[in-house]
Amino acid sequence: MSLEKTYPKEVKQILSKYPPEQKRSAVMPLLYLAQREEGYVNKAAMQDIAKMLDITETEVASIVGFYTLYHDEKAGKYRMQVCTDLPCALRGADEFLNNLCGNLGIKVGETTDDGLVTLEGVMCLAACDKAPMFQTQGPDGIKYHENMTVDRTMELIEALKGVK
Amino acid sequence: MAHVLLRHRDIPDINKLDVYKKNGGIDAFKKAVTKMQPTEVIDVVKASGLRGRGGAGFPTGMKWSFIDNKNWPHYVVANADESEPGTFKDRELMESNPFQFLEGLAIASYAVGATAAYVYLRGEFWQVAAFLDEKIAEMEKAGYLGDNLFGTEYSLKIFTHIGAGAYICGEETALLESLEGKRGQPRVRPPFPPTFGLYGKPTIINNVETFANVPPILANGADWYKSMGTADSAGVKLFSLSGRVRKPGNYELPFGKTFRELIYEYGGGIQEGRPVKAIMPAGASSSLIVVDDKVLDTPMDYATVRTLGADLGSASVIVIDDTVSVDWIINKTIHFFKHESCGKCTPCREGNYWMKHLTERIHSGDGSKADVDLLLNVAKQMQGKCLCALGEFATMAVVTGIERFPQDFKKVVKA
Repeated sequence: MSLEKTYPKEVKQILSKYPPEQKRSAVMPLLYLAQREEGYVNKAAMQDIAKMLDITETEVASIVGFYTLYHDEKAGKYRMQVCTDLPCALRGADEFLNNLCGNLGIKVGETTDDGLVTLEGVMCLAACDKAPMFQTQGPDGIKYHENMTVDRTMELIEALKGVK
Repeated sequence: MAHVLLRHRDIPDINKLDVYKKNGGIDAFKKAVTKMQPTEVIDVVKASGLRGRGGAGFPTGMKWSFIDNKNWPHYVVANADESEPGTFKDRELMESNPFQFLEGLAIASYAVGATAAYVYLRGEFWQVAAFLDEKIAEMEKAGYLGDNLFGTEYSLKIFTHIGAGAYICGEETALLESLEGKRGQPRVRPPFPPTFGLYGKPTIINNVETFANVPPILANGADWYKSMGTADSAGVKLFSLSGRVRKPGNYELPFGKTFRELIYEYGGGIQEGRPVKAIMPAGASSSLIVVDDKVLDTPMDYATVRTLGADLGSASVIVIDDTVSVDWIINKTIHFFKHESCGKCTPCREGNYWMKHLTERIHSGDGSKADVDLLLNVAKQMQGKCLCALGEFATMAVVTGIERFPQDFKKVVKA
């Protein structure tokens, strides 16, 4: 796999943001690019990025490990990440997540049988006034869904089934 | 009164460049670049009394004056890593009044001689970053960013950079590490960023809201800005109100309004009309304030809130009513800080680990009085020993929760 071959325009644009002698700065945007199709970063992609930026594969892996939005394992097509931090929890986020688990028949951390949705509890997403809320992380990037109910979430999941 | 920062609430289309321009936008940046020396810009910001809106409240103009002019190039970085539980103001500013923020960033860059500026957004703000990219491109096309601005020798480029889910990157040196393509772990300070910042070069870092204050200050003058707020805390502030209020949201108020005004006048009071039990004025990092009438009537500015045994911080006011038990609150906050501790320094890494185990045990009803004492002990051992503020923040709700709400712990521990 080569990011430069698959996404030549994007790679060039990313590298142009940083001074040429500081190209290591591009590691984070390049990892998002590598993760775009499969939803996780595999070893070959980490090797590719390491080579492109003149850093070691271990250094790239340490970035993947440190930041929560990079994944090194395959999950559902969409990660549904529900905020359960204090302000959201004061507005019923824990109950919302529990009910969602019940409706989907899975526990937090698990994936629906059709491989569409992995349900996760995450830290503050800076939308405390619009709880319950979650973000979806999928092929189309990261999207916020605010002031949610279980019914509306189930409708969203139905709609996601139709997305190619 | 018209909004100074949340101008989109008065002028809905202000996120369009022509509308922003028609309403006085870009005039301040143009005036700075064509008519003022960089040091004059810094002097105006100093005189305005503007203090950093990210939480620390450090005088902005003074920070800018610390830039090391013996070492070049200089950088300016906007901290848009908004991740404190309870804070959601910068996102609204960037989404709805983006040009005012970008113009403030541009003015700051001119003031400290930077020709490149970065906006570091938390990874979750992926869509906001794409939106800002569009707005930056529009400014370039209109000649407000790029080479030889307004016919002068000054040039500036602004770039967005997105993180990937790490609260610690809101700490300015961890943010710089992250921007350099490393794990977001804080540096030992000093040296501070104005001497040793991005790529080891002099760098000014401010919060999004801080930058958004700069264009109106330059346009209307320092005295106009100081006429709002209090002697200690000049100007206006965005208050993110959350928790058990009827109308949570962002409210732009001059410093000096009371908690009562914020919660009851703007926030519509408490759900089901219940009484307020506690306030956390600075998000999850905050001390817990026991609420009574005197507290509710306290003016909100940096110095006065401190007299209540808490910091105003980023003014992320989490309101807690009498249905909530404090052992549950600190279980929530410690769950957060344990997850977000970067692991670099031992007191924070190990301290949060043990605090999490203890709060879990206490909250589940399996704890004893000795566990509560031990929890307090661990928190106090962490204080003053961590590399950055995160470790300190983690202890705030624990220490004040146990000391100020002992009855909530007595209720849950085994006899």
